[in-house]
Amino acid sequence: MRLKFIEEKIAKGFMIIASLAVFAFVVNIIYTIFRRGIPALNWAMISQIPAGGYYNGGGGGILNAIVGSLYIVLCSTILGLLISIPVVFYLNVYLKKDSRLAYIARLAFDVLFGIPSIVYGAFAFTIMIYLGMHTSLGGGILVITLLIIPIFIRSMDEVAQQLPKDLLDSTYALGATKLETIKVVLRQIAPGIATATLLSVGRAIGDAAGVMFTAGFTDSIPTSLNQPAATLPLSVFFQLSSPNADVQDRAYSAALILIFIVLVISILGRLITNYFSKHKI
Amino acid sequence: MSSNSSYRILKNKIAGGLMFSITVFSVLLVVLIGLGLYLKSVPIFEHNSFWHLIKSSEWRPGNNQFGFLPFIAGTLWITLIAVILALPIALLSALFLTEFSKSYLKKWVFTALDILAGIPSVVYGVWGTLFIVPWISEKLAPHFVEYSTGYTVLAGGIVLGVMILPLLISLFVEIFSAVPREFRDASLSLGATKWQTSKHVILRKTFPGILAAVALALSRAFGETIAVLMVCGNLPLLPHSLFDSCYPLPALIANNYGEMLSVPLYESALMLAAFLLFIVVFIFNASSRAVIYRIERKFK
Amino acid sequence: MKSYPYQNPSRATWAEDYSFLNNDINNDEGLAFNKSYLKVKDLNLYIHKAHILKNVNLEIPDKKVTCIIGPSGCGKSTLLKTFNRLIDDTEGIKYEGSILVDDTDIFDKKTEITDIRKKMGLLSQRPCPLPMSIYDNIAFGCKMHGERNRKKLNQIVEEQLKAVGLWEEVKNRLHAPASKLSIGQQQRLCLARGLAVEPEFILADEATSALDPISSKHIEELFVKLKQDYTIILVTHTLRQALRIADHVIFMYLGEVIEAGSADEIFNNPKQELTRKYLEGAFS
Ligand SMILES: Nc1ncnc2c1ncn2[C@@H]1O[C@H](COP(=O)(O)OP(=O)(O)OP(=O)(O)O)[C@@H](O)[C@H]1O
Ligand SMILES: [Mg+2]
Repeated sequence: MRLKFIEEKIAKGFMIIASLAVFAFVVNIIYTIFRRGIPALNWAMISQIPAGGYYNGGGGGILNAIVGSLYIVLCSTILGLLISIPVVFYLNVYLKKDSRLAYIARLAFDVLFGIPSIVYGAFAFTIMIYLGMHTSLGGGILVITLLIIPIFIRSMDEVAQQLPKDLLDSTYALGATKLETIKVVLRQIAPGIATATLLSVGRAIGDAAGVMFTAGFTDSIPTSLNQPAATLPLSVFFQLSSPNADVQDRAYSAALILIFIVLVISILGRLITNYFSKHKI
Repeated sequence: MSSNSSYRILKNKIAGGLMFSITVFSVLLVVLIGLGLYLKSVPIFEHNSFWHLIKSSEWRPGNNQFGFLPFIAGTLWITLIAVILALPIALLSALFLTEFSKSYLKKWVFTALDILAGIPSVVYGVWGTLFIVPWISEKLAPHFVEYSTGYTVLAGGIVLGVMILPLLISLFVEIFSAVPREFRDASLSLGATKWQTSKHVILRKTFPGILAAVALALSRAFGETIAVLMVCGNLPLLPHSLFDSCYPLPALIANNYGEMLSVPLYESALMLAAFLLFIVVFIFNASSRAVIYRIERKFK
Repeated sequence: MKSYPYQNPSRATWAEDYSFLNNDINNDEGLAFNKSYLKVKDLNLYIHKAHILKNVNLEIPDKKVTCIIGPSGCGKSTLLKTFNRLIDDTEGIKYEGSILVDDTDIFDKKTEITDIRKKMGLLSQRPCPLPMSIYDNIAFGCKMHGERNRKKLNQIVEEQLKAVGLWEEVKNRLHAPASKLSIGQQQRLCLARGLAVEPEFILADEATSALDPISSKHIEELFVKLKQDYTIILVTHTLRQALRIADHVIFMYLGEVIEAGSADEIFNNPKQELTRKYLEGAFS
């Protein structure tokens, strides 16, 4: 009879252990990267591009990768927003709730959301070969845009589906066309957009498999879209593959820089999201 | 006035058309990717049957021998391990967060989850090589096998498991919190404990949702490339135990994209690998949706 | 035309279409106040500093129907949920005072919360069948308390389904999902589910408000029948319902118990000005 109380205690114990495990992983990952990353970290790493023989222990830094990653993230986020906002708007305002197209489109975005970045990369790569393009900043931006569009659409759509119907009706009642409700809709889904952007940026900056094929890797900072571009994750990866222990240490520092950028973005993003949600109502 | 209003209507129509095309194009993208990868992988079928490719474990691109079995097995192994490891942790902590814990605790765990979700996969890879791989080779493996480098199926599974944890937990929390309060009240007021309520009512009620979440996490795990590549050892051999190296499909593609243009049929083989991944993800999404739909109808 | 139920001195007129009440009214020989198993003493309840229940003192008569009435937001549901401590899960809850059931304080640290809840069957506003079969819904509580014997469970299920008059309707599909039943049937199922764990009290929170008139009449009939064995406490917004079935009435306003007494007293001769106004429909 009192068995159920014992069961309750045991279950609760396991739950607490499971939740603590999540903490333990976070702490362990960050601690591990910090411990190995701090020693090799210096100002040159983030202010210089690789000097000659960098991958054999020569001087220089990974500014090329930092800048390359930022370029790609910035451009593809903007592109992604420009493409996904109209789609979300179309799905939720132009189409009826039970529309066949809306259903298929949502299914398609679910599938696209699940497609691994390596598949996007491979696909984009074949297209680029077909077009006779070389690995380039433009290619990287393109593939990352493809990668984050489903993230954008899915998370914005989730918020947009909650849009009160009265809101649209009342704007129509004022004589607005569907297109003209966009301002109202945008204001309503602003928090959704902020969250989606946050997610996408995180995914975009951390992605290695997609850009591997398309953006290539280079030691210089790209000055145009058709030059190859280095990215931080790949920089970590390549440095780590070096047999030279000093270079491996720099890979850890590069990983640290990457984590740092991601954390800063997510904290900033959170502040912005909070700001938006506070001002919504 | 009337010209103005007809202008507005025209603008509305044009914008509608434009948005329609973007939407349709993105839908077509799925088809396009599938088709593109398929067309690119067709040449390899001229020399090998599909079943032969899937069943063979001979991988000698120079000799035109492309057996995918080791790669498929590798992918399945690490995905399976990842889910087996992550699922109980995710379910338990999601239940803890929604049913048992106080809100200040929730805040802490959610922060940890946010960080975990934000960590780029290459960093997981670095962590794997710095922590998991040595742990396996020095601490764990000696109990079971004579020697292991640590770059193993198990390492891949563990790293992948930690990577899908935040996704699983946040999905589960969302699903559990969607269960109306009344269900808990009904069960609790019969004298059931919280755990009994979680086990018999919450988990049962949300079963389709749990399946969906797992399917989503699975398809994320299937395609994870860089982190897994860094800890799996990448030997194109069929793994026989958790302490063998393996070579998952995504790693195969990533490792060889550079040289694939120089060996005949190699490109085609790699595109087939990509096509397989695509198909698996596609089938997972579609079938889990069908299952969920059916279960939901049964329960509702 | 507006007529207020309480102005009708004779309840018999209301019993026209509720003939089941007749015998009850006739042998209603006052309330047995000497015998009360549920006592509330100086109960104060706060949610995040908001004072929700203020100094509540009550005695609920045994084996009677007690109706709690009062305007929306006055704390009726909260009081009900305090009786079986379902309120415990609310964020920021704090309470003082005591509730005595059989002379044990339910707030006492030593009191086992699941035992209290077992004693108090809860019927919520919207029927809430658990996501399982009809059979399992009823057997659920017993199983949770450790009953495994299949025969015994079968017996309990049949017994309780009969008690709420659902047996004939569902005996051929006991293993169909409970959610397939009509709303009215679901509510009766929920009642049977509560009865299956052998409670002493039935707490009902606007249990008929989501039902059609026939079903709610059905439930009312059940309450009247069940009060032979159970103490029934129900929250209602329909004064007519209270009038039809209440033996004892509690009127609450802004978290306070304004007046409590026998139904006849409260409806026909309220002592408090507030009660009178509420009954006249001055506010709701
Ligand atoms: N979780 C909560 N947090 C904060 N305040 C609450 C909470 N639950 C209830 N309250 C407050 O407690 C008061 C009483 O609520 P309760 O639900 O008991 O009223 P009620 O009498 O049942 O109303 P109704 O007739 O509308 O059901 C209300 O003012 C309500 O706002
Ligand atoms: Mg209420």
